[in-house]
Amino acid sequence: MTEIWDGLTKAIELLISLDPEVMEIAGRSLRISGAACLLASLICLPLGSLIHFHHFRGKRVLINIIQTLFSVPTVLVGLFVLVLFSRAGPLGELGILFTPPVMVVGQMILITPLLLGLTISALSGVSKEIMETATSLGASGFQTVLLILREARYAVLAAVIMGFGRAISEIGCALMVGGNIRGVTRVITTAIALETSKGELALAIALGIILLFLALIINIVLNRLQQR
Amino acid sequence: MSLIEVTGLNHRYGERAILENINLSVDRGEVLALIGPTGAGKTTLLRIIDLLEVPSAGEIYFDGKCIPRSGKQRLEIRRRMSFIHQKPQVFNLSVYDNVACGLGWRGEEKNRIAGKVDHILETVGLEDYKDRNARTLSGGEAQRVALARSLVLEPEVLLLDEPTANLDPVSTAKIEQLISYVARQRNTTMVMATHNMSQGQHLADRIGVLLDGRLVQTGNATDIFHSPQNEEVAYFVGMENIMEGVIIANNEGIATVNIGGNVIQAVSSYPVGKKVYACIRPEDITLALSSTQSSARNSFQAEVTRVATLGSLSRVEINCGFRLIALVTKISAEELNLQAGREVYATFKATGVHIMERRAG
Repeated sequence: MTEIWDGLTKAIELLISLDPEVMEIAGRSLRISGAACLLASLICLPLGSLIHFHHFRGKRVLINIIQTLFSVPTVLVGLFVLVLFSRAGPLGELGILFTPPVMVVGQMILITPLLLGLTISALSGVSKEIMETATSLGASGFQTVLLILREARYAVLAAVIMGFGRAISEIGCALMVGGNIRGVTRVITTAIALETSKGELALAIALGIILLFLALIINIVLNRLQQR
Repeated sequence: MSLIEVTGLNHRYGERAILENINLSVDRGEVLALIGPTGAGKTTLLRIIDLLEVPSAGEIYFDGKCIPRSGKQRLEIRRRMSFIHQKPQVFNLSVYDNVACGLGWRGEEKNRIAGKVDHILETVGLEDYKDRNARTLSGGEAQRVALARSLVLEPEVLLLDEPTANLDPVSTAKIEQLISYVARQRNTTMVMATHNMSQGQHLADRIGVLLDGRLVQTGNATDIFHSPQNEEVAYFVGMENIMEGVIIANNEGIATVNIGGNVIQAVSSYPVGKKVYACIRPEDITLALSSTQSSARNSFQAEVTRVATLGSLSRVEINCGFRLIALVTKISAEELNLQAGREVYATFKATGVHIMERRAG
């Protein structure tokens, strides 16, 4: 109990003093997860719209597969990306394993099913009549899609925030493809795991508090959006 | 030349026939009301005219050109029309953005959009609501947004699907006033689906009766309401008195019709022996306590069997050898002290009786 208390006090000290190491790790986490989320959004919003607005054979099965992948283990994604970018892998020539870009790719792959599934679900929440109203007011197919995305903007934004939350809080993929290299690929979750294993509870707790604080902000934003 | 022409149109949802052999034309500037009960196919017909659906068979011509079943041309033609749905669907945007979106989609310049939107919001009386989210409006206000959103596009054709359904009388009057204003001022061609017959009667130049997916009769209000083509139309347009009879004499267009042993006189050219339906609108029957001298050829002593109040009117059922229903004002019913058992005289003119041929089966 004393250890936890000491850790908490130290954590608050580190946070108040804006400890450079803590801030650097937190900043890197935000940059990597933010980039992963942005890239995933750029892929998932159009792709989700494409799936939602088109009727094709196997659509239901595809959506079921996407939903199943919501809970894909982070280590599995890590393993996949590791194999893909390892020296002997198909993309090994790029030589980006154990660098932030590959962590972005890993997190992007991890959150893509979640973002895609939630985008489809957000678009499904917009009534068919809205789409027909737009069509009958003279909107082209593309203009209708943009309007529907605009109609579903709060639900779509909530999906993006959820994706960001999953990316920033994962550890398996970041550890496997990033390697937890100090000053290069160390992010909040990998740092917590390392510091805890070293017995440096104060730093681990400080980082944990930052992570929780970020989660709290995400939740507040999400709640505000859902109330609209 | 007709602006819209529909020929041989059939539409099915699976095995179910929704529209059967519809042939219809609407002239430029004409207001056509499609009346019919719920499920008659009015909305489907409007959706097909608005190119939201492709008919199972048949062609639609717009301004003399046949509309293809797919392709870019459909969007170009659709942009010359506007459709106001029964349940107004406003976008989750401000009133201004809702009204402006159609113009934006047509590539209109921003400052021109602002001018047009402000003007139309003033016309529909929503100028003070322009920054409000349209989802926060009442049903009547939302319908006015939908109307403004369509009118701002200055369409050549305005399609209206039950535009005042579920609205209170005040909102209904406002919407009807706007429709009538647009029809008059802009000479906009309109096709309006309604089950409200009086609305069809006072807003439209012509009325089409759609029953079970078939366009049974088209004509002006007098044709439809006083000379229905068959029993189905007669029932639908409120001809509550439809009696089976046989022509027993015809003297220069004044026919004598035997209705179960009672005879009435009606204007008809049907020959003697013809089996017919004699139809009388309830409002064409007058009731009095004593027999009065009038030009009406039909006068019967009758007994009131039932009186029901319908707002400012009273629906009076009488027995004069055959059952008749008359509509009188509530004040008249009170003055005549109409109640079951009361003896009255029912009078109606020969011109007030519409005679239709009774087909076998």
